Amino acid sequence: MSIEVRHVTKKFGTFTAVQDVSLQIPTGELVALLGPSGSGKTTLLRIIAGLEVPDSGSILFDGEDATSRSVRERKVGFVFQHYALFRNMTVFENIAFGLRVRPRKRRPTSHEIRDRVDRLLQLVQLEWLADRYPSQLSGGQRQRIALARALAVEPKVLLLDEPFGALDARVRQELRRWLRRLHDNLHITGVFVTHDQEEALEVADQVVVTNHGQIIQVGTPEEVYHRPASPFVYNFLGKVNLFHARVEGGKVYVGGIQMPLPEDAHPDATTAKVYVRPHHFDLHHQPEGKGHFRARVLHINPAGPQVKVELETEWGEAVHAEIPDERYRQLKLEKGDEVYVTLKDEKVFIDASEKPDSNPT
Amino acid sequence: MAISLKRRNILPGFGLTMGFTLLYMSLIVLIPLSTIFLKSSEMTWAQFCHVVTAPRVLASYKLSFGASLVAALINILFGSLVAWVLVRYSFPCKQIIDGLVDLPFALPTAVGGIALTTVYASTGWIGRLLEPWGIKAAFSPLGIVIALTFIGLPFVVRTVQPVLQDFDREIEEASATLGANRLQTFIRVILPGVLPSILTGFTLAFARAVGEYGSVVFISGNMPLRTEIAPFLIMTKLDQFDYTGATAIAAVMLVVSFVLLLAINMLQWWSGRQKAAD
Amino acid sequence: MTSPIIAEPAAKASRTITEPPLVKWMLIAIALAFLALVLLVPLVVVFDQAFEKGIEVYFAAIREPDALSAIRLTLLTAAIVVPLNLIFGLAASWCIAKFDFVGKNILTAIIDLPFAVSPVISGLVFVLLFGARGIFGPWLIAHDFRIIFAFPGIVLATVFVTFPLVARELIPLMQAHGIEEEEAAISLGARGWQTFRRVTLPNIKWALLYGVILCNARAMGEFGAVSVVSGHLRGLTNTMPLHVEILYNEYNSVAAFAVASLLAMLAIVTLIAKRLVEWKTHRPFQAADSIRQEED
Repeated sequence: MSIEVRHVTKKFGTFTAVQDVSLQIPTGELVALLGPSGSGKTTLLRIIAGLEVPDSGSILFDGEDATSRSVRERKVGFVFQHYALFRNMTVFENIAFGLRVRPRKRRPTSHEIRDRVDRLLQLVQLEWLADRYPSQLSGGQRQRIALARALAVEPKVLLLDEPFGALDARVRQELRRWLRRLHDNLHITGVFVTHDQEEALEVADQVVVTNHGQIIQVGTPEEVYHRPASPFVYNFLGKVNLFHARVEGGKVYVGGIQMPLPEDAHPDATTAKVYVRPHHFDLHHQPEGKGHFRARVLHINPAGPQVKVELETEWGEAVHAEIPDERYRQLKLEKGDEVYVTLKDEKVFIDASEKPDSNPT
Repeated sequence: MAISLKRRNILPGFGLTMGFTLLYMSLIVLIPLSTIFLKSSEMTWAQFCHVVTAPRVLASYKLSFGASLVAALINILFGSLVAWVLVRYSFPCKQIIDGLVDLPFALPTAVGGIALTTVYASTGWIGRLLEPWGIKAAFSPLGIVIALTFIGLPFVVRTVQPVLQDFDREIEEASATLGANRLQTFIRVILPGVLPSILTGFTLAFARAVGEYGSVVFISGNMPLRTEIAPFLIMTKLDQFDYTGATAIAAVMLVVSFVLLLAINMLQWWSGRQKAAD
Repeated sequence: MTSPIIAEPAAKASRTITEPPLVKWMLIAIALAFLALVLLVPLVVVFDQAFEKGIEVYFAAIREPDALSAIRLTLLTAAIVVPLNLIFGLAASWCIAKFDFVGKNILTAIIDLPFAVSPVISGLVFVLLFGARGIFGPWLIAHDFRIIFAFPGIVLATVFVTFPLVARELIPLMQAHGIEEEEAAISLGARGWQTFRRVTLPNIKWALLYGVILCNARAMGEFGAVSVVSGHLRGLTNTMPLHVEILYNEYNSVAAFAVASLLAMLAIVTLIAKRLVEWKTHRPFQAADSIRQEED
């Protein structure tokens, strides 16, 4: 089932959680709503589910207006952030709940229910937990039971609110891949909310980046990562260094590094913001011919495959660089060294769209 | 002994406060209460049975426990409803009404007693309205139930209210997303969640009602075999200087109270465990 | 919250997560009607009856010597009982909330014991101890010291009945606070009393205040237990509630309700105090809650 969100706005008192958002989610895709907390992503998900009523705008399922349908009639599977398992029911009864509350005419027989629940337990690989209570399960198990419960009613859409938010890092990794595989097998439309960019980039077909109740960018993980639509997206999708660069003669300069001015630059721009990911820097003991600036090594953290180097530029700005372990050994870098900093590739983000100062020097 | 059993802790004052607590508690509560059983043990078993199975005593137990049960059941229903309304809905004067619920805690029972009697007597504001229907509220078992409902109400409201307040809205929403209608959600999801607190409230209200004296004696009329509650009978025996008789009746009530207290603690332990496990 | 007038589609969409407005208002109406019948009408009737014959009769009933002596006795009783139970409440909550020891649950349950005991039995136990034919009766008579049918008996019975009130307000709160702050204070060199006064007390002051107010209200209003031990000697061992009873049984309704109205006002003050204390203690949390809600 495809989902369409049309000009949806939702306010809580004076706080605008979602502001005039429009979004199309094609059938069968797994979409991540990615944004910092308070960006309105959870509210948007809840509006799609029917748990919140938008102040204005509409929600369409398969092109049909579903705005006035109650959550019950929308037949969406919703997995809550804290799972919301019924603690007075066993795992089996939790999963069977959606079938048992159906009107008598459409209610499966108890035999069918048994079958269906068993199959779902197999699907989430927790067959042996059927008679346990939620309080006896680990976080990851609860998560999978919550998912099985949501799938029991055969929803056309699966909505997940911070599905891995409450889990520790290792379980998270595992469940992420599992969810992706599960989605590939089931082929239902899925939307999940996350504030973890890694999660969104790894699991989703499409990433919707939100901030302040608005959608900033929609695209594949590759698109949003490599072609961010705004400094916010670039910032949000990974660690980043910000340089206040100068613009001269159609070029942008960070120290001695020269870069082309982007096409969307303001014609009169004299300064630009340049965003560089830590691993896009390379360090050298000698000048390399190409553009560089000089910096002093303040601190080195060599734990891990990427060595983190803290630098201070010749003009006094702090820079975080990350270089591969081999490169670090090769350079025999030490604290206090003077190094030449170059850019490995041009995948930097330049924002020169701001108007120049009102009184240019 | 208790000191050696306590876990390591750097805070001072355990010995002093513990010692004082135990001493004060023994002097004020434990020693006085034990006299009931001491005094009862002066009687032979046959004497004891003779006192507590006298028709007038049996009738008073039946009335005390029966009326308390009815009142506690009424309170379960309306107390839970009041708690629900106070937690879930907003309406004018809600804060004041919420505060009013504690009135029976704070109002001296004798005042509550004469007020209820005045209201529900056949000339009273409400009694007058019931009279044409042939309903006699004051000076009848119904009056006793009314007084005991008054006294027990806050116990149910105040135990159910916080549980409802903390009840996770997500769980209700989960039920709705799975296709349950509001009534199904209420019966299958919300009710089981608040049931321990309703039971605790019931037991508290019942325990309080069984021993209640002040608010009941005025409205009951105290007719032997008909509207005489057990605490009143103890009072009567005392006035006749029949200490052993009074003590025997009291001993039975105390045992019941202790069983109820135990039940309350078990319930709280049970619901506490459910909560902690989550 | 949803506004009272909900647009039609919104009402339709949200009907499985909230009740329809009609059901909602019906439930409110039933609840309020019940509260009115059981609580409000009796409260109003106290004042209605007290002022039935006008304000002068009202004040005459209160200024009458027996009434005044009852008021005096009640105040005196409360003045002795409340500090005693306050000290006990602090001691008990300190050792229960701040320490772990074997038998803690039993101790906590015993503190609640007086709640489970009928007030009449609470009086009875002191008669059995100190009455003429009680355990210490002969000794007391020999030394010409009266407890039962005298002031000490009234105090003892009242202490028993109001025994758990302060402790019960404090224990859950102090347990919730934990002991980290106190440990920090001790590790910074504070002595025990300083720690209590500067760290613990500020955290519990509102609950303590409410416990004291509630204890006071119950001490002044106790009827059953005091009724057993007082002997109803007019002008001597009659507390306010007992005085109300006597007047009421003498069909002096106005006077009975006049004195009762004083106790009712005390109850209202207690209720207001409770609200204020709750407001004081919960408001910071609520404010934090609403901020958190807005964030997500």
